Amino acid sequence: MLKDITIGQYYQTDSVIHRLDPRVKLLGTLLYIIALFTVNNFAGYLFVAVFLAIIIRLSNVPFRYMIRGMKTILFLLLLTVVFNLFLTPGEVVFSVWKLTITKEGILFAVKMAFRLTFLLIGCSVMTLTTTPNQLTDGLEKSLSPLKKIHVPVHEISMMMSIALRFIPILMEETDKIMKAQIARGADFESKNIMKKIKSLIPLLVPLFISAFRRANDLAMAMEARCYHGGEGRTKMKPLRYQKRDGIAYVVLFAFLICCIGFRIAGRFLHGGLFI
Amino acid sequence: MSIRLEDVSYIYEQNTAMAVPALQHITTEIKENTFIGLIGHTGSGKSTFVQLLNGLLAPTDGKVFYNDKDIQAPDFSRKDLRADVGLVFQYPEHQLFEIDVLTDVMFGPKNLGLTEEEARKRAEEALRLVGFEASQYDYSPFDLSGGQKRRVAIAGVLAMRPKYLILDEPTAGLDPAGRDEILEMIAAMQKELQMTVVLVSHSMEDVARFVDRIIVMDHGSIALDGKPQEVFSHVEELEKMGLAAPQISYIMKDLHRQGVPVNTDALTIEEAAEEILRVFRDRA
Repeated sequence: MLKDITIGQYYQTDSVIHRLDPRVKLLGTLLYIIALFTVNNFAGYLFVAVFLAIIIRLSNVPFRYMIRGMKTILFLLLLTVVFNLFLTPGEVVFSVWKLTITKEGILFAVKMAFRLTFLLIGCSVMTLTTTPNQLTDGLEKSLSPLKKIHVPVHEISMMMSIALRFIPILMEETDKIMKAQIARGADFESKNIMKKIKSLIPLLVPLFISAFRRANDLAMAMEARCYHGGEGRTKMKPLRYQKRDGIAYVVLFAFLICCIGFRIAGRFLHGGLFI
Repeated sequence: MSIRLEDVSYIYEQNTAMAVPALQHITTEIKENTFIGLIGHTGSGKSTFVQLLNGLLAPTDGKVFYNDKDIQAPDFSRKDLRADVGLVFQYPEHQLFEIDVLTDVMFGPKNLGLTEEEARKRAEEALRLVGFEASQYDYSPFDLSGGQKRRVAIAGVLAMRPKYLILDEPTAGLDPAGRDEILEMIAAMQKELQMTVVLVSHSMEDVARFVDRIIVMDHGSIALDGKPQEVFSHVEELEKMGLAAPQISYIMKDLHRQGVPVNTDALTIEEAAEEILRVFRDRA
């Protein structure tokens, strides 16, 4: 039931991308997003697609698995496309009643669809290849300069890693409670909105109780092991840059520069792929 | 009247890299008015097996029949099936959600479309069966002790008056007193209501004294199936699966090996004591 949601999940395998330092992947994702929003012509999108395809290939995560999670946001994607398609002013191509489709609208909607799809796939490459713990470790280390201005960086990243760790647990719990209530005749598939809301009570009450119980247990277990925040805390596996991380940074910056290049090229070249 | 499985297999996350085969080619039949113990080590497929019986999981291969009707057929009402085949999950107390004990137990019968009055009648009867007094009906289920919560949760399924009652590790996490209390309650209920009970457990000790039939599962297949005495005679095989016969059968077997002519079929301490006394009486 809930197993179809793959966004934010980790895919266990071994690859160059998996072995990269999480800081590289965090910053890399940021650079990738900037690059993606710099590009504004089809030649550029083609370039991004090729780059993304190479990364996916290197990550050893099956492409099919990656896009399985996309179904859930397909609706959002369609909504954006539809709005852009109908609400962009410009040269009218087609018009029925109050709805008009313009040439600009079509172009913009297609570009937006590319952008969003690439954005989501790119971000899921990061989460699929990085364990939540690595991710928060990387975040903590990258943000550590902020400690100087009294930002509780360690605490924030600890909260994040706990929250992330709890997602699969609570999903499993939801599945279990759902099954238990279905066994007692509960109906979660009713079409009637009021009934649907009502049917959630037998699911949500036990779920909240279990979440609080787990939080309580965890707090107790942490206290029993004398957890007292980040001060003076050392790591078992401190993050250290390797040679491959340096290479990755070079590749990423080169990618960003190329994307900027495509945008500039678009100003001078018109027609063909550069629209 | 029976639940019949024909060559049933179940694979978790089929068609992905994480595919896990949980059950492999299971064929068996669960007849009415029997008390069955389903035993297996953690990960042997017990929990998957029971979820197939009431259609919560659809087999990836093979068929499940309830009274000779395929339960996955499009015109088969799985809702009705779930009323007939009650399933109590592991740690069932985690499913409680209502403001008081009685209302929580009434949730099942109300889902069957019964009137408030009828649902209340069934809930009261179910609570009586699990040993709750009328004065305890308005307690919040969250204020009860672990064992009490579990009994309320079992009542929640009983109130639907299932013909088959499946309990997945009903004694997990309880102390020995709570464990005996639950098991004796289930055994008494089985006799009184003449229903089929499938008791899932990883402890032979738990089920040995109550059940008529034991199904032993190992790595997703049925390894042994038969009367308790038959199953316990395969001690070596059981141990290979990480299971054991009840301690008392070991003692009886040792005695037998030492030349004391006892019958090794005893399953409980009482039966064993009786048997040993009989042998000594015969000697004297």
